[in-house]
Amino acid sequence: MERTTIDLWFGAFVSAGFAALLILALKVGNIGAEGQRDSYKVEARFDNIGGLKVRAPAKAAGVVVGRVERIRLDSATYQAVVTIKIDRGYQFTTDTIASILTSGLLGEVYIGLDAGGDAKMLADGGNLTKTQSAVILEKLIGQFLVDKAASGGGK
Amino acid sequence: MLKSVRLQLGRLGHNFIDSIWRVGSMTRFFYLLLSESGTSFKRFRLVMREVYFVGVQSFVIIAVSGLFVGMVLGLQGYETLQRYGATESIGMLVALSLVRELGPVVAALLFASRAGSAITAEIGLMKATEQLTAMDMMAVSPMARVIAPRFWAGVISMPLLAAIFSAMGVFGGYLVGVVLIGVDSGAFWSQMQAAVDVRYDVFNGVVKSFVFGIAVTVIATFEGFDAPPTAEGVSGATTRTVVSSALTILALDLVLTAFMLRASD
Repeated sequence: MERTTIDLWFGAFVSAGFAALLILALKVGNIGAEGQRDSYKVEARFDNIGGLKVRAPAKAAGVVVGRVERIRLDSATYQAVVTIKIDRGYQFTTDTIASILTSGLLGEVYIGLDAGGDAKMLADGGNLTKTQSAVILEKLIGQFLVDKAASGGGK
Repeated sequence: MLKSVRLQLGRLGHNFIDSIWRVGSMTRFFYLLLSESGTSFKRFRLVMREVYFVGVQSFVIIAVSGLFVGMVLGLQGYETLQRYGATESIGMLVALSLVRELGPVVAALLFASRAGSAITAEIGLMKATEQLTAMDMMAVSPMARVIAPRFWAGVISMPLLAAIFSAMGVFGGYLVGVVLIGVDSGAFWSQMQAAVDVRYDVFNGVVKSFVFGIAVTVIATFEGFDAPPTAEGVSGATTRTVVSSALTILALDLVLTAFMLRASD
């Protein structure tokens, strides 16, 4: 099969295009860093998750150790069940406290994990029993006003 | 007075009916094109030759425009972000706007005016000089031999060109943000990598440019095929290709973006 200049140009163009796609995926989008790594899943139940979204980070001491995989409502207890995918490299004790936090006043909502002192570690499919729900600002303000009114009434 | 109003109304109605007519024949044209695409894959060299004309020859304009657009985004973004003390987010701003929107859309607009108009003019002239008729006489289907290779070449080239545009744009943003202004290079890349999701942003951008590639080349080949076989007809068809491609790209972009944002929620 004889070669033509068109073949060379076609090859060069297609390789340049795929190189650009690869750059977008690896350098800009950072594919290999997460999702591909080995991980295990744990479930946590919250009374209220606030503004938590799927793919929100799970952080321990500020370090991203996993991501929220799924959020659903348990129709028996009316609690939110959040499935968290944690990197296999990080182990947490079974009494780890999961709390829903916000970075800054307007920042993203994430799950904070605080390890306890238990000797046993969480396994795949484990449950985080100690949880702290999201702080709902409106409720907080409402409570503050009620408290204020109650203490003001005494005077 | 009344007569001129009636004339205007008549012209309006004629244009309206004519455009509906064109939608119908374009659909039939697209179907014919797909059904005669077999030759393009059996003789892939035909497609490669067209990729050279529509893709390789658009490379320089796409790459240079991408670089400039990225640099402008960097400058403008810095101007606004520094008010909030968030200049490190400039990488995120540049990458997200390019990968999601500007890459596919601007690359498609440039592609329509650089390659789409050339396709229309070429096919229109082939028709005006009766080359297409001659092919038909020799039992060579112009649809399979001329139209389909150009269509597939456009469909292959468009996503690659859009990716090149985005990559060059990110590089332009890096040049302005990091090299010129002095934003920290680590923060530039890490903020970008934290924000850009491969599946929701990069992949959706590729899907968009793929759809734009189909739209632009179908319009370009149809306008050329449908052009009145005169010098004036070919020039009018070329203009129509650029105008209706641009409108179609922007309208499709709105629809696709609405779908994609909903899907990622």
